[in-house]
This record gives sequence, structure tokens and C-alpha cells, in this order.
Amino acid sequence: MADDLKELKIELSKNGIFTTTLEEVYNWGRKNSVWPLTFGLACCAIEMIATTMARYDLARFGAEVFRPSPRQADLIIVSGTVTKKMAPQVVRLYNQMPEPKYVIAMGACAISGGPFRDGYNVLKGIDRYIPVDVHIPGCPPRPEALIHAFMTLQKKIDEQSLRGADRPRHLHADLPSEFPVPAFGEHGLEPAQNTEVFLAEQGNPLSPQRASSPGTPTLRVIQ
Amino acid sequence: MPLPSPEDITARIEAGIPGATVTVIANGSPSAQRSLLLDHEHARAVAKFLRDHAELRLDFCSLVTGVDWPDTEVTEKVKVRKLVAGPDGAESEQEVDEVRKTKVPGYLEAVYHLFSMEMKHGPVVLRLRTANRADKTHLPSLTPVWRSAEFQEREAFDLYGIVFDGHPDLRRILMWDGFVDYPMRKDYVPPDDDILITGVKA
Repeated sequence: MADDLKELKIELSKNGIFTTTLEEVYNWGRKNSVWPLTFGLACCAIEMIATTMARYDLARFGAEVFRPSPRQADLIIVSGTVTKKMAPQVVRLYNQMPEPKYVIAMGACAISGGPFRDGYNVLKGIDRYIPVDVHIPGCPPRPEALIHAFMTLQKKIDEQSLRGADRPRHLHADLPSEFPVPAFGEHGLEPAQNTEVFLAEQGNPLSPQRASSPGTPTLRVIQ
Repeated sequence: MPLPSPEDITARIEAGIPGATVTVIANGSPSAQRSLLLDHEHARAVAKFLRDHAELRLDFCSLVTGVDWPDTEVTEKVKVRKLVAGPDGAESEQEVDEVRKTKVPGYLEAVYHLFSMEMKHGPVVLRLRTANRADKTHLPSLTPVWRSAEFQEREAFDLYGIVFDGHPDLRRILMWDGFVDYPMRKDYVPPDDDILITGVKA
């Protein structure tokens, strides 16, 4: 929203007139009814379950309805170690979710492979195949961390602009909503990563705007 | 009833099954738990004997695991007498140190831990060794004797490449069918997937 419109809105509200925009109402509705997929992989899933229970009560954020079908879910919380044998199924579940859809990579394993990074059977981060919106470090992260990630995601949804070049992916007709499912190769997954997703830079609508500051990539890149 | 000693069990096996060779393997660790190395030909007969013997009754196979013993090179210094040219040019016989290197071929090993539910004793540890690590990696399967060995022998096949002859359903159990490596072997090198092959954008 342009600045002069924002000022006008504030001016009007001072005089008892409430105004809003379609974008605000739409995003407000979306961010308060993010339904996650019932999907857990390892010990992080136990923390995710704890987050939904009465003590931490994820229902306060409109996310109490875990959907057992990807076709009804808005969010996939990748909670735990993604093994190479499981990775194609995770990508397939993500592909089956309707847009707009979001991904939280929960815990050290989901974001990088974690303590099992050097194992022969562990995927070194789910962001090699699907675009991740929020990364949570921790092993496992506490429920508070997941709630913080959830609030970060809500903030991100709230800030999405419905028009303009930087509108989210689901409003770009020419951007993909499905990503290639890796295949089982002779030595590992093929390809080892979806380069377009993995290297997508900040501001690229294909990739989520990462919370971390742009720095030098820690991975070797062969030109 | 206490468990008989490994030597005692060996004597009973050799008396019960003519031709079976059983070697007691020492264990240098603090537990000093000794084990019995079986020959391939009689392994299944020995297993049946241990299971059905009235005093042993080893009716429960709790664990099967693979072990990889890679090829090693032993370096030793030996004193040899040979002709050596002295400072004056004259050759004389002297005692010289010589370094000798001998290659010890590796092998793959399957280890079985047996207990008796009926007699409440155990464990008895069995070992089976393959001829080498490359092409002769076959061992007799003990699944026909203990059903509980089925999945664990599949796991040893999957991760170490030990082929169990006589196994009812020998397939990979953890890795997918098209996988060709044996990831728990000492010389396994995981694929270097930190290198990004780009060309799209970087």
C-alpha cells in the first residue's frame, strides 16, 4: 500500500472511520487459519505434538486443525531427519498440497542433516528439493521455537503483497507449484539437489525470503 | 543351570556332528567373551544341534550382525644375514635389519548371539567368516534354524554385502533395491553431494 494511502487511513481512523483493503482482509484470514499437515518424521515430531497440546496450545494461532491429507493442508512442518529413502515422499506430499502452501523446516536435521549429516542415508536438508519458508535450528527445537517459527510465518503471510512483481509464488501463473521428485539412484538420490530451489536468492519469488542476512554461501559451487 | 564353557560346547559339537570344525576365538577386551567360529559346511547342522541339544537348548537368536575386517598390511622387522659391501669394498656376511610387509586378506563376518529361554542361560556367540571381501562373500543362512535371524541377515546383506545362501527372502531391507554400495563397509565412500553442479544460476 502506498504511503499516502496509509496516512489517509490513519487520518480517517482518527476520525472514527474504519477503512481496510482486500489485501489486508485476505492475508489476515490466511495467516490465522494455517492448517498443517499431520506429518512427523522423528523426535522433532514429538515436540511438534507437544506444541499442539494444551500446555503450548498451537490453537491460539489458528493452527489446531492438523489435516491428514495434503490436499487440505496449507503448511508442511518437516519435523525430523529426512532420510534419502523418505525424501521423494516428502517432495510428493508437498506437490500434492494446494497453493498457497508453506514449509517449516524444523530442527537441525531438516535444515542441514544435523548430527547425521555425514551418514550415507540422510538428506542434507530438505531445502535441496522444496522451497523452505522458515528454518528452525535446535535438536530438537523446543515448542516455543516452533511457535516462534509459526509467528514468523504468519508475519510473512501478512506482509505478502497481492500485486506487483514481488507477489508470492502462487499468484505467478508461470512459476511452478510442483517440484521434481528425486529418483533412487545407484549411489544416492538423483539429482542430489534441485539447483533452482537450492540456490534461489533473496527476492526471487520462487524462493521464500530467507530471514538470514545475505552472506557468502558456505557450500562450494562449481561454475 | 550355568552355561557350559566354550571348550565344553565345542567338545559336545564335535562329538555330536562328525567332521564339524569349531574354533574358539579369544577376546582381548575386558568382557573376555569368547566365541565359536564355525565352518560353512556344517554351520547349519551345528546350529540345529545347539538349538535342540537337551542341556543347551539355545532356542533364541537375539542378534545377528555383520562385521567388516578390511585387508591389512603387517609390517615387521626381521634380522637376516646377507652379504654386505663394507667401506673397503670387500663383501662380508653381516646381520642386517630388513622390513617385511605381509598382506593379510580381510573378510566379512556374521556374528550370532544365542540365548536359551528354556534354560535361562546365554549368550553363546557364533561367528561365520567369508573367504574374502570381494567375490567370495557367501555364508550359509541360519534363518531356517532361527526365524528371528531373517530380517537381521537381510540387514547384514544390505549394509555389508554378505550373501546368505538358503535365506528365504534375501533382499535389501533398509536401502532401496537399485542401490549398489554396501555402506557399512570400511572402504565405503558416500557420494559427495556438497558439490553443486550448476549452470542454471549461481
